[in-house]
Amino acid sequence: MDFANILLGAFTEIISPTTAAYALAALGLAVHFGYTGLLNFGQAGFMAVGAYGFAIPILSFNAPLPLALLIALLASAVFAVILGIPTLRLRADYLAIVTIAAAEIIRYIVTTNSMTPVTGSANGLAAFTGSFYALNPIPAGSYSLGPVSMNERDLWIRLVAWSLVALACLLVWMLIRSPWGRVLKGIREDENAVRALGKNVYAYKMQALVIGGLLGSLAGIIFTLPRDAVQPANYGTELTFYLYTALLLGGMSTVLGPVLGSMIFWAILSVTQGLLYGAIESGYITFITTTQAGQIRYILVGVALMLLMIFRPQGILGNKKELSFA
Amino acid sequence: MVRTSALTRYLGMLAAVAAMFAALLLAAPAASATTATPDASPSATSPAPGADYRDRISGVIKNEGTPLEGVKITATGNGYEGEAVTGANGSWSIGVPQQGAYEVELDESTLPDGVALAEGQENPRTVTFANTTNITTLFLLGEGIVLQEESFGSLLLERAVAGLSFGLLLALSAVGLSLIFGTTGLTNFAHGEMVTLGAILAFAFASLGMPLWVALPLAVVGGAAFGYVQDAGIWKPLRRRGTGLVPMMIVSIGLAVAVRYTVLFFFGGGTQQLPGSQSPILELGPVSIPRNTLVSLIVSLAVILVVALLLLRTRIGKATRAVADNPALAAASGIDVDRVIRLVWVIGGALAAMGGILWAYYRPGVSFNMGQQILLLIFAGVTLGGLGTVFGALVGSVLVGLFVEISTLWLEADLKYVGALVIMILVLLVRPQGLLGRRERIG
Repeated sequence: MDFANILLGAFTEIISPTTAAYALAALGLAVHFGYTGLLNFGQAGFMAVGAYGFAIPILSFNAPLPLALLIALLASAVFAVILGIPTLRLRADYLAIVTIAAAEIIRYIVTTNSMTPVTGSANGLAAFTGSFYALNPIPAGSYSLGPVSMNERDLWIRLVAWSLVALACLLVWMLIRSPWGRVLKGIREDENAVRALGKNVYAYKMQALVIGGLLGSLAGIIFTLPRDAVQPANYGTELTFYLYTALLLGGMSTVLGPVLGSMIFWAILSVTQGLLYGAIESGYITFITTTQAGQIRYILVGVALMLLMIFRPQGILGNKKELSFA
Repeated sequence: MVRTSALTRYLGMLAAVAAMFAALLLAAPAASATTATPDASPSATSPAPGADYRDRISGVIKNEGTPLEGVKITATGNGYEGEAVTGANGSWSIGVPQQGAYEVELDESTLPDGVALAEGQENPRTVTFANTTNITTLFLLGEGIVLQEESFGSLLLERAVAGLSFGLLLALSAVGLSLIFGTTGLTNFAHGEMVTLGAILAFAFASLGMPLWVALPLAVVGGAAFGYVQDAGIWKPLRRRGTGLVPMMIVSIGLAVAVRYTVLFFFGGGTQQLPGSQSPILELGPVSIPRNTLVSLIVSLAVILVVALLLLRTRIGKATRAVADNPALAAASGIDVDRVIRLVWVIGGALAAMGGILWAYYRPGVSFNMGQQILLLIFAGVTLGGLGTVFGALVGSVLVGLFVEISTLWLEADLKYVGALVIMILVLLVRPQGLLGRRERIG
């Protein structure tokens, strides 16, 4: 077994754009769940809205990059408002069920055969990132970041993705320490007390839902860029659950927690895969196949989510006092 | 003292979880051992066009399990055109010079009389190579296509009967979910996995050679045992700790993911059929309905009636309703709340397993994610009727089932679940407590 290679794999995952997308989406969930107490189980839906909202304008009417981006974010805000109207007055478990249902509705709609010309149905859409990579100012060549080497395209997407993550973290940090953020935390702790102070709780929740959703949609776009493809199967309910695992791992009421959580999530997935494959190849483990090894990792994710929630709900960076439900 | 007992409790909890997965472990290898379907391999096709090409597009054409010979298929794209005719085992394979997108077309005139492509099967369709040298595309055939003209009335009636059957099987699972919610407050996202487990256990027992009348009840018993183990191993200790409802919900999600992938690990990603999944179509007056659908309707109706009677007439049923109303008051008046909750989990597990078996016959097929597919419909039924109310769950589920099936008269088949979910959201907008729910439950 080549441990150096396994560690290299983990490092590659930590800086990958997918990890950045997870970090952004989980940061959105931190705004929803960690700071406002909104149990949004439809973050995968927000990511799908972002990805399709970005890809469809480019492919259908050749929209320039800024316009596509604007449409994606607008669609995401509209989705958040539509979702918020019926549910934000309800209790947490209703919100959970409705958001997960809304995310599935999005997935069914982009999968249906009757919309194939627009959404590509189950095959999804591809080849829409040309204008993004055309903006790349980095000259062609091979670049190395520590032990990982990449071409100008890989470097560009990583730069953009992680700058976005940094910007989003800064934005969320500033928002949360502003008076607006204190109201959010107040809503999380005791909605009625905040209402008694004359705040419009409903409006604040809606604003939080929209902001977290926008982060989710940005994440959806980042997620599609390196693949240059968007496929509906990627946006199932499991994606949301993995985001929750990453969020809870890092700490749900922290700004850097979601980022750290996503990095650890992907690093652990990569390391366990490396170890299991290595063990299978060198014959230490003979009773499972490599496909099954891939599945074992997700069994571990589920168990990890349970154990985290039971034994360390505040995550790695969090403070137990910040838990509204402890 | 307190610390040690807490520690042993956690250890017990972990051990129970481990035991649960071990139980799955024992049940499943038998299943995977006997399920290797003798799928025709493309290499058996003779004479394969473009045999010297490495990249291939292939598939198998079967009509209700019988391979069809002599069906012509063409692939065009990237300046190349290939053609294949299915062999005696129904398989075809076309070699192509390079990867990329190809348009694959099945020549429908070469299909036998009375056989046509199933609804929603794209023909011609575009397939694209993605990192593999072989892509498989299946043309599904259906008999329901060459329909004789049916009146709208009888079509509606047929959909309604199917919808009732579907709704009642949803209700089986929904009643359990609603009972669990009513007594413990937990929204159990792992309920879909309890549904899957019922079907998987039935399949495992049947493939061990047990007759159906042994395998199915045993699977239901297995479902009940899963419910019991879950409660004893996870939920009871968490209740003791005073864990909040939202963390418990997230724990149930973790459990759902873990169980789903455990099932996938042993069962594999394919779809298997329970014995007797092909049933004759019965003609009842103007309605023609598969026998299984009718049997499923009767069985679920009978079971639900029994559960309703138990809840209304027996002492323990009364106690259950009391706990659902107000656990603290119920405890104060001498009801053993823990015992009631344990019973609710056992019954919920058994009902979910039963729902899973019926769902496997309705789809038809057993697969690792079958429970996940209907989990949201179960939720929709429960929310529609009112979270925590048993009869609301029944009414809500039947409405969802009817809506899903009847909407296919107008809606694309691949959108039929969307309608039910949209209705659920709309109902929450107008009447958040559901049809039979009480206002104070919505917070």
